[in-house]
Order: sequence, then C-alpha cells, then structure tokens
Amino acid sequence: MTMQVEKLMHAVFFIAALVSIIAVALICIFLFANGIPAMREIGFLDFLLGQRWAPMNSPPSFGIFPMIVGSIYVTAGAIIIGVPVGVLTAIFLAKYCPAKLYRVVKPAIQLLAGIPSVVYGFFGLMVIVPFIRTYLGGSGYSILSASILLGIMILPTIIGVSESAIRAVPREYYEGAVALGATHERAVFATVVPAATSGILASIILGVGRAIGETMAVVMVAGNQARVPSSILQGVRTMTTNVVLEMGYAYGLHRGSLIATGVILFVFILMINLLFSVLKRRTNYGS
Amino acid sequence: MGARLKFSIETARRYPLSFVLKVLVVGSALLTLGALFFLLAYIIVNGVPHLKPSLFAWKYNTKNVSLVPALLNTLIIVGIPLIVTVPLGVFSAIYLCEYAKKGSKVVEVVRITAETLSGIPSIVYGLFGLLFFVIYLRWGYSILAGSMTLSIMILPLIMRTAEEALLSIPTSLREASFALGAGKLRTVFRIVLPAAIPGILSGVILGIGRIVGETAALIYTAGTVPRIPGSVFSSGRTLAIHLYTLSSEGFHTNEAFATAVVLLIIVLLINALSAGLARRLGG
Repeated sequence: MTMQVEKLMHAVFFIAALVSIIAVALICIFLFANGIPAMREIGFLDFLLGQRWAPMNSPPSFGIFPMIVGSIYVTAGAIIIGVPVGVLTAIFLAKYCPAKLYRVVKPAIQLLAGIPSVVYGFFGLMVIVPFIRTYLGGSGYSILSASILLGIMILPTIIGVSESAIRAVPREYYEGAVALGATHERAVFATVVPAATSGILASIILGVGRAIGETMAVVMVAGNQARVPSSILQGVRTMTTNVVLEMGYAYGLHRGSLIATGVILFVFILMINLLFSVLKRRTNYGS
Repeated sequence: MGARLKFSIETARRYPLSFVLKVLVVGSALLTLGALFFLLAYIIVNGVPHLKPSLFAWKYNTKNVSLVPALLNTLIIVGIPLIVTVPLGVFSAIYLCEYAKKGSKVVEVVRITAETLSGIPSIVYGLFGLLFFVIYLRWGYSILAGSMTLSIMILPLIMRTAEEALLSIPTSLREASFALGAGKLRTVFRIVLPAAIPGILSGVILGIGRIVGETAALIYTAGTVPRIPGSVFSSGRTLAIHLYTLSSEGFHTNEAFATAVVLLIIVLLINALSAGLARRLGG
C-alpha cells in the first residue's frame, strides 16, 4: 500500500514538473498556428519590411516595419538612460553603501521593481509627457517620454543583476589593487568592475528584454502613431502596443496580423533569452 | 565603509578622476532613489485628497467611478492562480530537487522551459490567453480565462523560489528522517516541506505582487467590465485595469490618482510583507 502511494506521488510530482514544458509548447503552438498563416497571406517580407500599417483601408496593408523600428528605438533609449544610472547604482550598493544605509536603500530599489507598470504609465502621462511638451515642444507623447519611463522601469533589473555580479568578484581583486596604492575608486573601476563585465552585460540584456516586452507604460506615453519616426520628440508605436491597441476590435486577417506581430515579438524575446543564458553560463564558469 | 562616502577637497585635487567617479556613483544612487520618491510623493500628494467615500461605493457607475468591484475582482484573480499554481509549482520543485536524478534530460528541459516562461512579456501571455482560453476553450472574456493565464505566468516564479527553498534544506535532515525509518514521501511532506515553507511563502508573495500589477495579460482575457462578476465565467476588471481605463478615458483624472494611491498602498503592503519575511529567513 505505501509503496503504491509512493509510486503514485512520484508520478504526480513528475507530471507537475512537465507542466512548464506543456505550457511553453501550448504557447508556441497557439501563437504560431494563428500567426504564421497570416504572415504567409500577407507575404513574409511585406509583413516584416512593409512601411505602411493601414489595416482598415481597402486594400489594407500590413507592414510592421515601423513597429519593429519603434520597439528598437524605445528600447535603445531606455538602455541609454537606464544602464549608466543602474550600473553605477549597483556599484554604489556593492562597494560604497554602509550597512545601515543599505538596509534602507535595498528595499527601496525592490519597491521600484514592485510598482505596477500602469502606475508608471500613469506617472509618465501626468509628469513626463507634459514636461516634454512644455520644455522641448511637440505633443509630449514621444520616443523620449517612453525611453525615460522605461529607463526608470528597468533600473531595478539592471541594479539587481549587476550588484550580484559585482559582489561575486573575489575580494582579493579589490584588496590587491588597494595594496598596490590604488584609490578606492580606481580599485573598483579598474579591477572589480571589469571582472564583473559578463554579469553586467547579462543585466543589460535582461533590461532589454524587459523594455522590449513592456506594454502598458509605453502605450500611455508613446503616442502610438504607426510610422517610422524622424525625431525623438515624435510619437511611435511598438510591437507590444500594436497588439494591445487594436486586438479589441480586429477580425480576420487584421487579427491574424496582430497575432503575427506577437509572434515576431516572441521570437525577439527568445533570442534575447538565449543570449542571456549564454552570458549567465559564462559568468558561472568564470567564478 | 562610511569613509568612502566622504568628499574632501584635498583628495579631489590629488585624485581628480577618482573624485569624479565617486560623484557619479553617489549621484546615480541619489537619482535612482529620487525617481522612486518623486513618483511615490507625486501620486500620494495628488491622490490622497480624492479618496472620497463615493469611490468606495458597493456598485460602480460612471458618476462615482467606484473601485470596489475592481478591488474584489483583484482578490479573486489573485486567489485562483494561487490555488492552481502553488501546488503545481511546489510539486514540480519537489520533483526537480528530491526525485530527479542528477543530470537528467527531463530536468534540463524543465529548467529551460521555466526560464523561457519567465522571460515572456505579459502581452504575449495575454495573446495566448485570448487564443487558448477565451477562443479555443470558449470561455469568453472571463475571470477564469484571466486567472488561468496568470497561473501560467507566475508558475516559473513559484517554481524557482520553491526550488531554492528546498535546496537550502540541509541533506542531514533528510538522512535523519530516513534513518528513523521514514519513507521518501513522508520525509518530503513531514520534514523537508515544513522547513521550506518560509521560502515558498516569499515566492507566493512575489507572485501576488505580479498579479496585482498585471494589466497587459488581463485586458483581453478577463476583460474590462467594471462589475462584481456573477460567476467565474463573467468578465471583470482588476484594479490595475481600472486605473488604465480611467486614465485612458481621461474624464476622471482625480479618481485615477486616488485609484493609483490604493494600488500603491497594496503594493507597499506586499513589499513590506516580503521584506519582513526575508528578514526572518536571514536572521
């Protein structure tokens, strides 16, 4: 009897472990099965490189090139703003912060990670958009607004992963440098940080993943015009926001093309994940 | 380490580069914290004055824009995924830590898929939920469809934290249990799992935080109806979606601020809970 129960539960645990495999398989099947036919109908290259997104016109055109460019612009902006601040803050936490202060600062940064993206979006809508409208011109709904907001949103990701990478560097690196007469800053920036490079890179890639996948905060501040922008003060539409804006009323090929947009986004994310796990593996071997 | 934060003119003159770097490091930390406090203060200052009783009326209408139905929906949409995913995630972690052989192929695939799941953006979960639960299974926009979508979304989180908790239990505990004649199952449920509960709980709290803040995965699965649902097959908006609709409609900015305050208070409570738990685990 007990043997049977043991065997049964072993099977139950095993099946539970398989659920994540099943989930990934289902997600792939349903996205691809609904997205690929639409892509084929539009024409793969016309879909990816088409400059015009006009799903309601007759004949309609479904080019998502502006959205791919939009996602890349907004993500690049977030990285330019978020990475320097994030990495330097991680250095602060790992190498400067006194223990007493750390007990306050660390939870504050975790709180930054816990704030919902709609709240960020609402904040961007109320503060960043009017600020840019007043001081830099344009409507305020722009690549710049989205980049600033996403730059803040990816901070906790970058700080968390970078900090643990910096902490993983053996103490001897730092102590050796100081023993040779280096100042604290020189020891940190010339020996510890270079040794943590692959971990810091991993944090940046994770940040890219967060930024490219963010939807609600972007949709509220980016303006959402489906065209290739010519200035950072112009509005832009990303792949994520394309889906969320039109899915509510789309049908037929239009709906298919939105799912296909999701497929392209999914492929982007898979590549980013792959890059991240390669880098993370390298970090593990290094230490 | 306090000495490292002191700025003196003498050292600045002797090591100008070091001085600049120090200014940058401290400046960045201040900028990060400044962004957080500005955001919190801005929303609280603008929102608290609008926390009127009408906002907490039992029924929503366009006049009072009550957030109570959304709050109740949020509770339901937090509850169902936890009921579904906590046992699944914990069992799956038990398999990975206690049962699977080292270097097993299945374990490797499970790890890779769990990592993949945790990187998928919420809008892709939303699309999947729409295609699978709403359309294929014909559940329609419903609390259940939204809950199941979120169940998958928080699965990797629950799995990872449970796994870490199980791995932190010393092997000697298991050996002692075996030595007393307990079987594998009894050891897992009576010895290992109770010791791992605080770690599992911290994962659960993180999961609650993610669900409370989720929007993109819910908008096309649970829908945006501002009512208390009759059953799990009717649509209902959560607090985060409520805030999104209010701010995108643009008619109720004050109420949106107040809703954001309520959402922030919930997030702050969850964070405090998880920090308290982490302190207990560490100490």
